[in-house]
Amino acid sequence: MVTGIAGMGFAAVTTLAEASGPDIPSIDDFLPEPALFAGTPFAINRIILVRIIATVLLIAILGVSAHRAKLIPSRWQGAVEWLIEFVQNSIVYEVMGELRGKRYVPMITTIFLSILVFNLCGIIPGFNIAATATITMPLAFALWCFVQYWIAGIREKGLGRFLKDELFPKGIPWPIYILLSPIQLIELLLIRPFSLTIRLFANMISGHLLVALCFAATQWFFIETTTKAQFPLGILTFAGGAFMTVFEMAVAGLQAFIFAILTTAYINMSLPETE
Amino acid sequence: MDIITLAEVAGNLSTIGYGLAAIGPGLGIGYLVGKAIEGTARQPEVGGRLQVLMFLGLAFVEVLALLGFVLAFIK
Repeated sequence: MVTGIAGMGFAAVTTLAEASGPDIPSIDDFLPEPALFAGTPFAINRIILVRIIATVLLIAILGVSAHRAKLIPSRWQGAVEWLIEFVQNSIVYEVMGELRGKRYVPMITTIFLSILVFNLCGIIPGFNIAATATITMPLAFALWCFVQYWIAGIREKGLGRFLKDELFPKGIPWPIYILLSPIQLIELLLIRPFSLTIRLFANMISGHLLVALCFAATQWFFIETTTKAQFPLGILTFAGGAFMTVFEMAVAGLQAFIFAILTTAYINMSLPETE
Repeated sequence: MDIITLAEVAGNLSTIGYGLAAIGPGLGIGYLVGKAIEGTARQPEVGGRLQVLMFLGLAFVEVLALLGFVLAFIK
């Protein structure tokens, strides 16, 4: 609603003052010019730079925390341990159970923590863009998940039985298989990895666009526009931007959680049913 | 400003397309979360499990809306 009002504000500004209007963010934000090594295959643009810094930051934080770990945890160590135990207990063991889950805890923790930090880059001032906001990064994580659930299925069941269980679920009359099996195959090969990818990166793009739109409008209403009558609209867009920043923080956590829990669930579906 | 320019529609149709694409998932998410709350109210002790299941379902519904969002950028 806030952006709707801001949008009406733009229309009013552009028709009344005939000015150029605020710097509305577009999809070009996600295709920045290379900053370093331009022209070579190792060209580094802003987003890749953010990724590198975020990775170094994550490794440094976890490395220092692990190096200084004591038997009686400090407050900081407690927080880091809480996060890791949250992944272990609330995501992996909750879905898979402890016996099976033990093997996948490191993988899911890596996925959760790196996606969380990469997503949070979107609201850290100075970075201002989520490292997962272009398709390559989520695709890399999704392909990791893809490879892992195929490996899990083939290792535990063998390729034939894995495909048979996935493509021809039990308890269904056979004519349905003509429709169902191709869908299941597409789901297994394409829909799972691509839905993981699109969910993450579209969330990050839309979040960035909303935050950037609110603050671009605020900049316009406060500083650039000549008609002072629109000053209150700037207060409104600023409040919207602040709200969207907090909302993005929640979305960053939620998307990392959803990616991790879906990866766990997909791997768990490949494993044979026991009990 | 004459009557024709007043009624002019400028911009991209894909914005409307995205609005239409958000209707279905919006209904879905509403139903999903409502049912999860109902289940938690009836049986508070399974609330944690229901929450995990809700987020799982939410992820599947949400991707439909996001497909609309992504396709709005592809011309």
